[in-house]
Amino acid sequence: MTFGRLPSRKTRVLALRYLGAVALTLFFLFPVYWLFMISFKTPDEIYHVPPLWVPGQIQFANYYVLFKDGDVVAIANSLIVAGFSSFFAIILGTLCAYSIARFNTGGENLAMWIISQRMIPPIAVVFPIFLVYVYFGLVDGFFGLILLYTAFNLPYVIWMMRGYIVDVPLELEESALVDGLSRWKVIWKVVFPMVRPGLVATSVFTFVFAWNDFIFALVLTRTEVITFPVQLTHYFGGQSNFWAKIAAMSVLGTLPIFVAVSVMQRYLVRGISLGAVKG
Amino acid sequence: MTISATLDGSKRPRSGRFSRIVEDRLPYLIVAPAILILLLVGLFPLIYSLIVSFQHITMTDNDTSFVGFRNYAELFRDARLWASLGHTAIITVIALPLELLIGFLMAQLFIDRMPGRQLFVALLVLPTVISPIVAGATWRLMFDVRFGPIGQILSFFAGEPVRILWTVNPHYVYPAIIICEVWQWSPFMFLLLLAALSNVDQSQLEAAEIDGASYFRVLRAIVLPTIAPVIAVACLIRGLDLVRVFDIIWALTEGGPGSMTETISLYTYVQGFSQFETSYTAAIAFLVIALLTVITTLVLKRMELAR
Repeated sequence: MTFGRLPSRKTRVLALRYLGAVALTLFFLFPVYWLFMISFKTPDEIYHVPPLWVPGQIQFANYYVLFKDGDVVAIANSLIVAGFSSFFAIILGTLCAYSIARFNTGGENLAMWIISQRMIPPIAVVFPIFLVYVYFGLVDGFFGLILLYTAFNLPYVIWMMRGYIVDVPLELEESALVDGLSRWKVIWKVVFPMVRPGLVATSVFTFVFAWNDFIFALVLTRTEVITFPVQLTHYFGGQSNFWAKIAAMSVLGTLPIFVAVSVMQRYLVRGISLGAVKG
Repeated sequence: MTISATLDGSKRPRSGRFSRIVEDRLPYLIVAPAILILLLVGLFPLIYSLIVSFQHITMTDNDTSFVGFRNYAELFRDARLWASLGHTAIITVIALPLELLIGFLMAQLFIDRMPGRQLFVALLVLPTVISPIVAGATWRLMFDVRFGPIGQILSFFAGEPVRILWTVNPHYVYPAIIICEVWQWSPFMFLLLLAALSNVDQSQLEAAEIDGASYFRVLRAIVLPTIAPVIAVACLIRGLDLVRVFDIIWALTEGGPGSMTETISLYTYVQGFSQFETSYTAAIAFLVIALLTVITTLVLKRMELAR
């Protein structure tokens, strides 16, 4: 009796690797799956013992409640704050990066100082900033938060965009200058289009950083411009009776990030390693 | 290196006096707004709080007279501060090697081509980009003793009901935090190491295989030297993040039970925003900055190496 030819060693290794890959993916995505499932469950299903792994049906009541109670304002706030601050950080940061990359403005020291700003722990600066914000009445306002995230993201943008701009061949800019374009026009019409992929990727990451930040928003908001992570922590109480809201809010606040990062997959490695690893 | 030669040459476009001034100063003009914001939001508050740290301002006492190094001297007597630094160290020292190891193993698994690899990588990355608050919240729901699946799964394997209060029981809070942390950030290590591993010289690996070198010998002699700079960068980026860990602990345990999982960031927050020890908090902030400056210097050196 034969079972036919045994699969070759190569095939078996590949099969094992797939097994490992699937197991890993299940492990790492299970919490995300769980979060999504809770957001679709009815209260009875959420507080069911033993826990149910699949809701009876996909229903959106938990999301509806967020809209009805006005909790989604936090998502809107996050959009405004993260959107504007990324925009400002990208524009100002890219210009600054261009100057540093092409004219070596400020030399090594300026570049080092800028990236060291990125390394300072938020908790160490948030308190001083809070004191100053209280003095100027900037706490719990859009302006203060946008200004803060712009500053917070600037070092990252400058550092990343410097890397992308250095990759642009000098000859292009030189010939544009020879053709009579002003330096300003060269930046807008030659350099920006050349670094567009890097620019887009960097904007996405700055958006994600501002979107995901908790500590600055926790300290600098009260009631008016609460961002989504802060809103999320409001649902933690003595009793865990806001599970539906926690899950639905988390999903609302996470989906945009998933989409953005999936689109930016190619730039992910470079983006999260501060340009140290060019994937 | 720069193209100032072209700029100063005769081919310069004819333009008005104003635009020429702008053109000449352009490198500085376009640096200025960014630097201004960084100084305004980064440096100015630091200087302000440096002054505050030498005063004695509390919630009830707005005393702006200078007390010298009293707040800094106080730091050394503050047992809770040193305990919080200890908690931070525990989390960092355990989570960082775990993330590195798991990330490395994951990268090893995916280094050779296989159909669908891109999809797996794309999915595995997701935990890393989630807001840490969401990650903490998710695990808090997962860990729940009655309605969470962790207890259910453990009970299934143990064959008897397992009831662990992960986020409350002193024996399990650290494992809970570290599981969440490792879950979220191992994929970060994985991504960077995968990129690094794909730069390892294939011909060297093949030569080693023909010579019959063992896996660990190849790892030590060929693979590790190539990916060492990336490991350094990854560890230092993650190390810095871990030293200032705040969000996931806030979401999971809020520093509890008691102050058992209070990290330095949480302690600073408590002092500043619930005890309102303004001057003292400023002093703590500078202690943290001093500590991290050491690590930062290391990071930057490594980054230069990796370039």
